[in-house]
Amino acid sequence: MQGGAAGLAYRGRTASIGFAHGPLVRVDAGTNGERIAGSLVEEALDLRKAIDAASGQIAELAAIAGGEAAQILEFQVALLEDEDFIEAIFTAISEGDAADVAWRSALDEQIADYNSAEDEYLKARCSDLADLRDRIISILRGGGGEAPKIPSGAVVCADDLPPSRFLEIDWSAGGGLALLRGSPTSHVAMLARARGIPMVVQLGAIPEIGATALLDGEGATLELDPSAEQLRLFEKRREIHRKSRASARAILRRPTASWRGERIKLLINIQRVEDLDHADAQYADGIGLMRTEFLLAERGGLPDEETQYRAYDAVLRWADRRPVTIRTFDAGGDKPVPGFTIDGEANPFLGVRGLRLCLARPEIFSVQLRALARAAVQGNLRVMFPMVTAPDEFESGRKLFAEIVQRLQAEGIAAMLPELGIMVEVPAAALAIATFKASFFSIGSNDLAQYVLACDRSNGALAPLMDPLHPALLELIARTAEHGRRAGTSVSLCGDMAGDPRCLPALLNCGLRELSVNASALAQIKQTIDRLSSGGGLG
Amino acid sequence: MLDKADGQIITENVRLVHAVGMHARPAVKLTKLAKKFQAQISVRVAGAAEWINAKSVAKIMAMRAAHGSTIEIKASGSDAEAAVAALVNLIVTDFPDEAS
Repeated sequence: MQGGAAGLAYRGRTASIGFAHGPLVRVDAGTNGERIAGSLVEEALDLRKAIDAASGQIAELAAIAGGEAAQILEFQVALLEDEDFIEAIFTAISEGDAADVAWRSALDEQIADYNSAEDEYLKARCSDLADLRDRIISILRGGGGEAPKIPSGAVVCADDLPPSRFLEIDWSAGGGLALLRGSPTSHVAMLARARGIPMVVQLGAIPEIGATALLDGEGATLELDPSAEQLRLFEKRREIHRKSRASARAILRRPTASWRGERIKLLINIQRVEDLDHADAQYADGIGLMRTEFLLAERGGLPDEETQYRAYDAVLRWADRRPVTIRTFDAGGDKPVPGFTIDGEANPFLGVRGLRLCLARPEIFSVQLRALARAAVQGNLRVMFPMVTAPDEFESGRKLFAEIVQRLQAEGIAAMLPELGIMVEVPAAALAIATFKASFFSIGSNDLAQYVLACDRSNGALAPLMDPLHPALLELIARTAEHGRRAGTSVSLCGDMAGDPRCLPALLNCGLRELSVNASALAQIKQTIDRLSSGGGLG
Repeated sequence: MLDKADGQIITENVRLVHAVGMHARPAVKLTKLAKKFQAQISVRVAGAAEWINAKSVAKIMAMRAAHGSTIEIKASGSDAEAAVAALVNLIVTDFPDEAS
């Protein structure tokens, strides 16, 4: 026995939350076993049989898996039924290639082609194609394409795992998936989340030893041959997770929140893409506020268009058809950014920040708008500008955005102008709300409160004055909500107030029907609305 | 003169409204539908040099038709007219899930 791995812990990235404790089973791409080629006729016959067998296996898998998984597999079936594609492979065989060689080179060519695509979606198809390639090769090598027997409840460890292999494993007794490479946005991650199987990706190199494993999908850790102490801590984390899930799920799984017979939309605020990994995020009605400043905080200076596009695109894909509201850069004020914000302002909170700054730096703003315009074709995107005082600013932003969309389209790049709205955080905007021709409004109650109460929210000495229930603040919120109701324009609130149960009765009475909170507050807010709705107090 | 029944080439143009362009799901639906017809059916992104067999999912995917691009469809054969009409309908209705 080697003791090298004992007690070792490895950290990766979360792809699906949950906990698994079980035997460690390594699954490697079955490249073992050489195949001896037969005559031209035999090779062609072997490939034909392998294709038929693979079609049967995939169809069976699709029937068991259903839904999304079936659609992933449908593409593989379509490729096997593609006569043009298959014929070229048979031609190569008739010219002397062995069946597995001809098949592999045709698939590798496709994979390379997809891999060179700019489009993330096409790139993601590579693993589906590799899956199909390996399935046929395994059949040709006499493996029958059968998955190795994996004990139930095992922690399966692989370099990467294709979706069809995932579906072949019996997950009924739990278990988990630890990938050395892989990605949280892959198809297999999607399947793991749908099945509630914990999954950690990008673990890097792990020694070829270890009999049992602890996989923590939340902390993104894999522990091999754990000590008693490691096991105890693991079980403790698992128990905390189980309890919080049970209570949150019970509330979150109920149909949408309603108050006095009206539906209350509950959305989430995110600071970065990884916030979507929160277990409760999936229960949101959409994303009410995606902040984009995290992009400015990354090393290597201001983010390029591609980096931004990937972030927006990932969020839109996650949301599927649910609405996603992305706020353009809100730099300045208490958020200085080197190379972007203006230094030495006497009063940065009343200075060139938010949309003011973006309009002053169109070369930076344009890059963000280009990325947003391209992402807009992928889902239900809404874009809002922060720190807007006058309708002219909003119109300038819209004009710039529209020009960028036109330019992209002229370049032959898919792009569209999303719905545009504003953050209502300057008192003047709240008071003159009807002068804005915006598609939606989102009340930024943190800044609105500090401006209307003339209190720096970071100054602790003013805390007693920073009353979110001050009648002046509620008056501005009620006016905005009332205008939205009359004009048929959606109004939400995305500040800290929305996540504070004590503020909820006032917000609902102001006429708000859309609230955006951090994912961690979602369950509590939904529960509070339920209680208020059934005539109870705040409890 | 060509015999209308099987000699005529039917062509039609249609704009691809699908949000992400011609990706796997639309491509699978398009080729499945095309295979229901006897006719030889080709497609291309407007202006492209090469016509592509509408029954080949690999080639349709490789076409990389983006959102908003115009797809040209041509078909010849006994049911060419019905084939083109069906494919145009599939694309303008944005590849509905029940395209039976």
